[in-house]
Formats: sequence, C-alpha cells, structure tokens
Amino acid sequence: MNFATSPVLALTLPVWRSRLLMLLFFAGFAVLVGRAVYLQGLRNEFLQAEGESRYGRVLPISANRGRIVDRRGEALAISTPVKSIWAIPEEARLTPEQLSRLAALLGMSPQEIRRRIEEATRDFVFIKRQIPPELADRVAEMRIPGLFQVREYRRYYPGGEVMAHVLGFTGAEDVGQEGVELAFQHYLAGKPGSRRVIRDRLGQIVEDVGGVRAAQEGKDLQLALDARIQNLAFSQLKNAIAEHHAKAGGIVVIDVVTGELVALANLPTYNPNNRTRLTGAQLRNRAFTDTFEPGSTLKPFTVAAALESGRITPQTHIQTSPGSITIGKATIHDAHASGLLTVEQVIQKSSNVGAARIALSLPAESMWNMFHAVGFGAVPGLGFPGEASGKLRAYHSWRPIEQATMAYGHGISVSLVQLARAYSVFARDGELMPLSLTKIDAPPSPQHVLSVETARAVRHMLELAVQSGGTAPRAQIMGYRVAGKTGTAHKEENGGYAAHKYVASFVGFAPVSNPRLVIAVMIDEPSNGQYYGGAVAAPVFARVMEGALRIADVAPDAPMKPIELPRESEVVKESI
Amino acid sequence: MRTSYLGLNLLLLAIVSACALGLVSSQHKARKLFAELEHEQERARSLDVEYGQLQLEQSTWAMHARIEKIATESLRMRAPEAKRTQIVERGSLSLRQRETGGAP
Repeated sequence: MNFATSPVLALTLPVWRSRLLMLLFFAGFAVLVGRAVYLQGLRNEFLQAEGESRYGRVLPISANRGRIVDRRGEALAISTPVKSIWAIPEEARLTPEQLSRLAALLGMSPQEIRRRIEEATRDFVFIKRQIPPELADRVAEMRIPGLFQVREYRRYYPGGEVMAHVLGFTGAEDVGQEGVELAFQHYLAGKPGSRRVIRDRLGQIVEDVGGVRAAQEGKDLQLALDARIQNLAFSQLKNAIAEHHAKAGGIVVIDVVTGELVALANLPTYNPNNRTRLTGAQLRNRAFTDTFEPGSTLKPFTVAAALESGRITPQTHIQTSPGSITIGKATIHDAHASGLLTVEQVIQKSSNVGAARIALSLPAESMWNMFHAVGFGAVPGLGFPGEASGKLRAYHSWRPIEQATMAYGHGISVSLVQLARAYSVFARDGELMPLSLTKIDAPPSPQHVLSVETARAVRHMLELAVQSGGTAPRAQIMGYRVAGKTGTAHKEENGGYAAHKYVASFVGFAPVSNPRLVIAVMIDEPSNGQYYGGAVAAPVFARVMEGALRIADVAPDAPMKPIELPRESEVVKESI
Repeated sequence: MRTSYLGLNLLLLAIVSACALGLVSSQHKARKLFAELEHEQERARSLDVEYGQLQLEQSTWAMHARIEKIATESLRMRAPEAKRTQIVERGSLSLRQRETGGAP
C-alpha cells in the first residue's frame, strides 16, 4: 500500500478543530508574553534582586577602635584584628591526622577539640577565639570542611597591670566595660560601614555598585596620664604595700596647673590582657569608687574655714591641755598633751583637741560650706564610671560631738580623688580646679573657694607639718620645698571603729613656691608594726614626688642639701 | 543611488562594531584596573594591621618597667645623685651658647 492511496487522506475533518487548536496555542503564547511583561516590565524587583544576588555582594567594611595614648603619645591600648575559628558540628569531619595537626596549631589537646565539636548543642561552635592572623592562615591552609574563620578585634594593653584601673578593658565585642574604655566608648568606637560590589567568577571584586557607606574609624584618645609617672607611682605603691603588709592602697597624682590627672594607681590590681579568674577586689578602682574616713588630712580645711571666718589667725593660741576634751559623753584624745598651741602648731603636730576646739568655735554651717566648696559629698565629675561622692551630712543634723570629730576627719567619708582635688585649693591660692582625664590644651577656669591669704597661710602650715617638728618629716625631698598633711584613721567596721585596723594617708604638693603636682597616697590596713601616715604613706609620696618633678622638668626651689631626718622616736606622733 | 546607501550602511556598521568592541575592551580594562586597585587597597589594609601590631610590639618592648629593670640590673645604671646634678634654668642655656659662639 503506498502513501498516496492511503484511506486516511481521504478523510475530511471539521474546520472548527484546527481553529480551536490554533486559538489554544495563541492563548498559551499570550499568557507567556503577559507573564514575561509582568515579570520584566511591571514587577521587576524580584528578578532584579535575584539576579544581582548571583554576582553582587554586600561587604562589610570594618572599623578599628581608636587607640588610647598617654600625654606623650605612647600607646596604652591598641586594637588589632585576630581570627576566631568556628565550626558547624554536623559538617566538620576531621581525619585523625587533621585533628592532631589542628590541635598542635591551636595549642589545644585533640580530645578537647573533639569534645567541643561533639558536645555542641547549636549548629555553631567556637573552636578557639582570638588567635593571631598568621596562625589562622595556617589553619585555613588545611582546608578542613565545616571549619570557618571570622575576623574579630582584640584589644591589647602593653602597660598591663600598671594602667589597668585607669584604662579599664573591653569585652569580646570590643565594647568598653570598665574605666576609660567605658567612659569614652562612643568616642573610641568605630562605626562599621558597608559596600555593594560585583564579583566575577573568580571571586574578585570588579565593580562598586550603589553607594558605599564608609566606615567611621574610632578616634584616638589622648589621656592626661603620663606613663612614666604612672609607672613610678605604681611601683612605689606596690613596694610600700609589700613592705607594710597592707591590704590595699591607692595613689593619685594631679597637675594643679591644668587639673589633669597625671597618674592613678590602685592595688590589688589585675592584668587586662589576661582576665581569667578576676576578683572584685582586683577590679575595684579604689581611688574613684571607694570612700574612707580620711582622718587628719581634713584638719587643714577646718582651719581654713576658721581663718576665713576671721575668728582666728595662724598665731591664735589654742589650749589643748590636758590632751583631751570631753563633749557630752565622748572624749577626744591627743597622742600626748601639748598645752598651749598656735593654730599653726595644731596642724603641724596634728592635734585632735586643737582641731576640735577650732571647729566648735565655728557655726556648723560655715564648716559644711567649706567641705562642700572643696568638693566633698559631691561626685568629682570626671565622667569616670562609678565615681563615689562620699558622705557629707547636712549641717543641721550635726551634734556638737560630730562637728568636733569631723574637724579631724571622722564621721565624713571621701574618695582619694576628691581628697587630692581638694588640696589643689591650698596649692593654687584658693582655687579649685576641675579635673580632667584627657589631655587639655587650655586649662579650664577654676572655682574660687578660698581667699588668697587663707590659702597661703594654710600652705605655710602644711609646709611646717613635713619639717622636723611635724608629723611627716619623711615626706621631704632634696631640692624642693614640700607641703602636706598626714592622716591616720581607725577603720570603720560594723558601725564602730576597729581597734587595730588603720588607714594611713598622706596628701601633699610641691614645689611650695609654685606648686605643680598634688599627690595623695592611701594605704589600707598597714600591719607590719607601723601604721602612721607619716611613716607609711609619706615616704611613698616623697619618692613619687621626687621622680615626678624630675620627669615634669620642674626646677628645684630649695638648696640641694641632704635631708636630715629626725630619729623615729622623735617624730611627732599624730593623734588618731 | 542604492549602491551609495549600501556603502554608507556598511561604513556605519563597521563603526558601530568598532565602538562595541571598544566598549567591551575598555570595560574589561576598567574591571582589571579596579581589581588591581582593590588588591592594593587590601594590601594597604593589611599593612595597616601590621602597623598596629608593630606599634603594639614597640610599646611592649618600651614598657617602663622593663627598661628600668634592664637599666638597673644588666646595665647597672642608676639615677644621678642630687649633688652631682646641675640644674640649668631655661634661658640661661641659650645665653651661654651665645657667649661661646654656639658651642655647648
């Protein structure tokens, strides 16, 4: 049978069938065209985004946290990138030799790595955080599946424990958690940016598309701190604490010309680069956050208040015989009876009875005004986290005995920073300086709180106190005139005073002819026989002051004669 | 008439093709240069990182406690005594230099 004679050809089909088929085809095409127009013309965002995501990438631009430098530009805190190794537990398949090699590189045991991967409860686990980039590169070369790296920043503190309390530290995300790092978080922190780019098939960036959001680098912060003086202060404090078996201590150095905080150290301290096993005692920044009853270091302010009121002059005689005074039920004692003393001698010999008598001749209000004016009972306002205000009760609640004890620094509490700042009043002819943590170019305007005459009169008394005949001859320095006051106080414990626990302190400044630095030293619970401020804290003051004045290029104002110290038994014992 | 149009068209076609090829090659060049720029910027970043690390290293080596220890222990240095120190006031130094004709 050939084709031409096939009976199928003879069949005639109805015309509507072919028409219907053609219509259906056209309808199908029309739907496709419509859909194409819809997707590519009308609602094209989806396809565009999908397409772009095939070749475009948003890359983060990381921003460095700013450095912290000292007043001479020496780096105290630097952030540097490190890598952290993390794994997806289900995908991490390590051969035994890869495991042992990885363990050797990371300095971990193979069992520890295996345990980390197997015991992970989430689908993300850190194997080791913050390792040097070179090491991370060698791990990357092993090309272990399921093992990834992420870039992080780690902050390093070259100064270690010496600067720890001033600088504080940052957490794992490079966010400040303590000290200056916290106080200046917004200034130091950088703002990461981002950019959209097109990558070719090799992963190379070939073009920037869209706007680049530039990263903002963190700014460098220049502190007022002088690393050399800080180091000196820290090491001298450390020696003194070891020598006197003390529990803790603090030292503050202030430049009274500018109000800058030149050094601040506390003990016990910690290493900010290795913060495992930290205790609260180590972290405490005593100079800022702890307050204590200062003892006799407050007497100069009582005397200043009395001099300002015009009731006494430096030569007024005060009767301190018989070495005690009874007010109500309580009795205040001197270390030994001195008889008739001038106001100058009250400070020089640190007589409690004398200070109490002077205080009782004053209205409570004028004493309170003086304490308040020099900054006691108020936050020093440096912006440091956790600054303490201390305790200064309102004067209408003072009973006479309280007013008398407050005259020599009991029943009132201050922080070491407050105490150092308050002494700038005597060092600066009656002006109180606002303090600054950062280096400043132009000193701020000080507050006038005392008359020039009163400030100079008290300064002279403070100079007498460190000479032989005073309570702190060991505060003297060869070549410089020094002024200052000792403090020795029983520690407050359970609402009363502990019999054999003391806080020894010394606050002073030099050179007297043109004061430059104020140094306040506090030693908590010296328990190696000596506990007087003149024996424990004053030598620290002298050594730090001597070095600091040389570092600060301050010219001597006294002849270079060796200092003759009186014998230990001849030094005037301070009244506690 | 027809032939002259054809010639013009062919000429235009050639120009268009040349332009298109030029565009392709310049785009390619631009991307290559961009990749190079990117590479250099990456190098700058890594140098920056290295600079930070070197600064860190420098300040670690230059720590005062370390220098003091080396100076006193292995070099046997000490601060000069006060009686062997001469204080030169600011200003008087320049005066003396002037007198001696600049020699210190």
